[in-house]
Amino acid sequence: MNSDLIRDLLTALLLVIGAALSVAAGVGILRFPDVLSRLHAGTKPQILGLTCILIAVVLQNFTWSAASSVIVILVIQYLTQPISAHLVGRSAYRADNVRRDLLIADELASVRIAQDEDDDDDPGDNAPAPPAA
Amino acid sequence: MSLLHLAGLIVGIFLVIGAICAIARVIIGPTALDRILALDVLLAIVLCSLGADMAINRHADTLPVLVVLAFFGVTGSISITRFISRREEP
Repeated sequence: MNSDLIRDLLTALLLVIGAALSVAAGVGILRFPDVLSRLHAGTKPQILGLTCILIAVVLQNFTWSAASSVIVILVIQYLTQPISAHLVGRSAYRADNVRRDLLIADELASVRIAQDEDDDDDPGDNAPAPPAA
Repeated sequence: MSLLHLAGLIVGIFLVIGAICAIARVIIGPTALDRILALDVLLAIVLCSLGADMAINRHADTLPVLVVLAFFGVTGSISITRFISRREEP
């Protein structure tokens, strides 16, 4: 009886934390000014919120089948979310959807200027540099 | 009304607010990248709501749905970002 109450309390706390992080992601993605800051607002809370809610699921269904499914979901999310966030940030930078007045440091600026000079027809990502004629 | 149902009410309100914000960004987002990002957040909110339903009603029926969504949720943003052109006017 008492342990059930503690388990319900923990579950409720984890659920509210996860939902609050989802609200933070939504509000941040609506209010922030450009793609990179929206990326920051959107990707971090959703991993942690999903983790909290799935731990709550395991607390309520305390079986090995539920726990193994939750571990699979968490590992997949942890592996794939950084990939998609990295690709969105990379293509935002390459498509010039970045507000450069908001950047503090732009370590790729010299690379970008050199690239602007010699690609008029955008040979693709992994194409070798055109030979100097 | 038990403790879990009260928590479920709060969680439902929070998730609906987050989903409305993400849908608003999908509608008004100036570039395609904003829309992809907002759809990612919307997918995460859907995953969270399915998980919250399982935790509150104490069943594990939709865990396979969560596994499939976690597998294939990433393919959308990866495949769309390959086709963003170099100079897209906002």
